[in-house]
Amino acid sequence: MKHFPTLLSHEIRMLLVSPATYVAATLFLAFMGLIFTKILEIYSGTPQEASPASVYFQLFWLPTCVMVPLLTMKCLAEERRLGTIETLLTTPVTTTEVVVAKFGAAYVLYLSLWGSTGGFFYILRKFSGDARVLDSGPLLGGFLFIAISGLFFIAIGVFASSLTRNQSVAAIISGVLLGLLILGGNALTDSAWIEHGLLRPAKAVIDYGHVFGHRDDFVRGVVDTRHVLFYVSGTVLALLFSILSVEVKLLHS
Amino acid sequence: MPDQPPAIEVTHLVKTYGGVTAVSDISFTVAQGEIVGFLGPNGAGKSTTMRILTGYLPATAGSVNICGASVAAEPDLIKRRIGYMPENNPLPEDMRVSEYLYFRGRLKEVPRRKLGPRIDEVLEVCDLKRVRHKIIGQLSKGYRQRVGIAEAILAEPPVIIMDEPTIGLDPHQILIVRDLIASLRGRMAVIISSHILPEIEMTCDRVLIINQGRVVASGTPADLRRDIFGQSTYQLEINGAPETLPAALADLDATFQVTEQTAPDATGFRRVTLTTRRDDDLGEELLRILAAKNLRVRALSRRQPTFEDVFLAATRRSWDAVAPLARDAQPATQPPTATP
Repeated sequence: MKHFPTLLSHEIRMLLVSPATYVAATLFLAFMGLIFTKILEIYSGTPQEASPASVYFQLFWLPTCVMVPLLTMKCLAEERRLGTIETLLTTPVTTTEVVVAKFGAAYVLYLSLWGSTGGFFYILRKFSGDARVLDSGPLLGGFLFIAISGLFFIAIGVFASSLTRNQSVAAIISGVLLGLLILGGNALTDSAWIEHGLLRPAKAVIDYGHVFGHRDDFVRGVVDTRHVLFYVSGTVLALLFSILSVEVKLLHS
Repeated sequence: MPDQPPAIEVTHLVKTYGGVTAVSDISFTVAQGEIVGFLGPNGAGKSTTMRILTGYLPATAGSVNICGASVAAEPDLIKRRIGYMPENNPLPEDMRVSEYLYFRGRLKEVPRRKLGPRIDEVLEVCDLKRVRHKIIGQLSKGYRQRVGIAEAILAEPPVIIMDEPTIGLDPHQILIVRDLIASLRGRMAVIISSHILPEIEMTCDRVLIINQGRVVASGTPADLRRDIFGQSTYQLEINGAPETLPAALADLDATFQVTEQTAPDATGFRRVTLTTRRDDDLGEELLRILAAKNLRVRALSRRQPTFEDVFLAATRRSWDAVAPLARDAQPATQPPTATP
């Protein structure tokens, strides 16, 4: 991984000059700002039991399913479309370094975008002058969930980008895979039919990968290492498949 | 430097894709500092061979050594020994020229301290100083090609591989690129593929012609002319008794033949085409002997086959060798194929 820092800084720079990044950032911040405003409206009207931070992370999946494809769709698909992957891989860098650097750059940007929404809570605290409105436990737990789950979500986006030369197709694949993981798992967990008959053993697996359940645990301040392991192993697996996908396509190019 | 291994050594290289043989048992060597042209029709296997030389594609069989190191066994070492410019020269559209060269220099492990002066040097050599701060996507084709060449020579590797470096350039730009490649002679071994045959003839020390995945001719352009055509052609415009011509020619060289003869024009001169196996220029002796036989000569020229003729003959020759085999393999279904 000798060339990783050079590749990572290059990839971050390339993301920062890409219009898709700014589209993703604008959509994301506008959407999160809207959610936060709505939360404040509700809380100013009637007293609520849950803290604003825990409600804030309820809808994390919507910006994630849009932002992750936009951040990752270009990374490998564009290199293959332009043919620059050929010049890149004939320098002393490995496919692993290239894939991990692209993943790292997208993840850094993903984190900084979510991190920037911390400003909403800072502004609330500053103008309300009341420390109680900012319950730091759910806030930190929520951001920790975003950071850990983001690893897996970004890796899925990178994997989708490794499958095709077309950015739009990569974005669609990535969006569908994320939707299946986040919403599909939730729909299956809530289904009664899966608890009967032969499918019962699958229920445990689905519960283990229930992203909304993980979010609720993190926001409550419960950091379960099994959840962490789920996201980390998923990330490693998605990146391994991305590397394999790039290498297989090289063999058949 | 007799102890030095060849810059490129390819032995019985084979590459197949899903049952289709793209490269079939190719062997050749390129000496250190030599410039070699790699020619062949579209689909002959040039780009595939070049990609295998860089380690980008694995070979199905055979071996490739770069400066004595095996591409299959030591791919990391090989990548440090080559500069590669692929076909169509893919470049990132949204980087500046100097920024791109800096990034590539870091990847190629040029020490940071040396990288700045080296970038200045290649920008100077490739005449890119004026556009060093420009975005690559806004550059003309000629500049983009030169950025590709600058990138290939940046780390001063002993072997440079360029796949059609002059494609799409105007004659003036071709001249600049040709001079640039020629300036590498003796310092780096260069293997270039191109369809612009005069450029290859002028730039390269040696030429390899491949067709249908096989090497069909190899040598200097002069050697290839001799090997493939094996004869010299003279064109004369003479006035006099043509029947005395064969005897007069036989006195000079037994292999002389009259291959073409036109009827005399209004002034009594006829055009005659002669061929001989002799390599040396017999023009002066022809004039002398024809004058001795009372044949008046108005014009005499020695016609050299162009390099294009050599290329066409070499690739046709390989087709002739392969076509009967193909016909034997599919006698019932294949209609008779005209020789191109």
